[in-house]
Amino acid sequence: MAIRVQTADFDIGSELAALRAGRRDIGALVSFTGLVRDLGGALRGIELEHYPAMTARALAGIEAEARGRWPLQASLVIHRFGQLAPGEQIMMVATAAEHRAAAFAAAEFLMDYLKSRAPFWKKETTATGEVWVDARAADAAALARWAPPS
Amino acid sequence: MTLDVLYFAWLRERIGLPSEAVETEAATVADLVAELSAREERYALAFADMAAVRVAVDQELRDLATPLAGAREVAFFPPMTGG
Repeated sequence: MAIRVQTADFDIGSELAALRAGRRDIGALVSFTGLVRDLGGALRGIELEHYPAMTARALAGIEAEARGRWPLQASLVIHRFGQLAPGEQIMMVATAAEHRAAAFAAAEFLMDYLKSRAPFWKKETTATGEVWVDARAADAAALARWAPPS
Repeated sequence: MTLDVLYFAWLRERIGLPSEAVETEAATVADLVAELSAREERYALAFADMAAVRVAVDQELRDLATPLAGAREVAFFPPMTGG
């Protein structure tokens, strides 16, 4: 289980290779990558701010919750902060389990919790100025699908 | 008591500070918000709509009714938009 919060980019291939290196018990490895999506050519970039002391705790708590719910063999969360350009990778999650159902569900759970419970904030810069991204109702709804943490 | 009070995203911009030490006897988060809002207009503006503000006490998400006894750090920020 690993959590990294960093400004540097990451390589999904090497991360997944490292996660399963030397193991023969993993049957399913799921990964998700979040990218900076351009707004029809209008986006210059985003700035991701976070609350370092809380980020580490929140991500560790979310990951522990996922491990309590599904039989995960390994998991990884990488989240970047700072200035990012359109098309760049923002974050990734990876989950490994014996079977795919647990790996898929845990990856989705991690994403839904990260979106609304990890202290990151995005600011978009376009030609017309800077604007803080609003939380989406869809993200709150996605979180509500999961029963509250025990 | 002295609290470290932190502000993030547009709260940081509106208040004009990332953090400050606040000497207070506020019993709850709501009391602290009222105290800060009474200080200067920039605080009152930042805290005008508390439905748009989230709070963490000692790095755990809490609400306005949370007592501050024993707390060391209070952070105010908008709903999170990571991922």
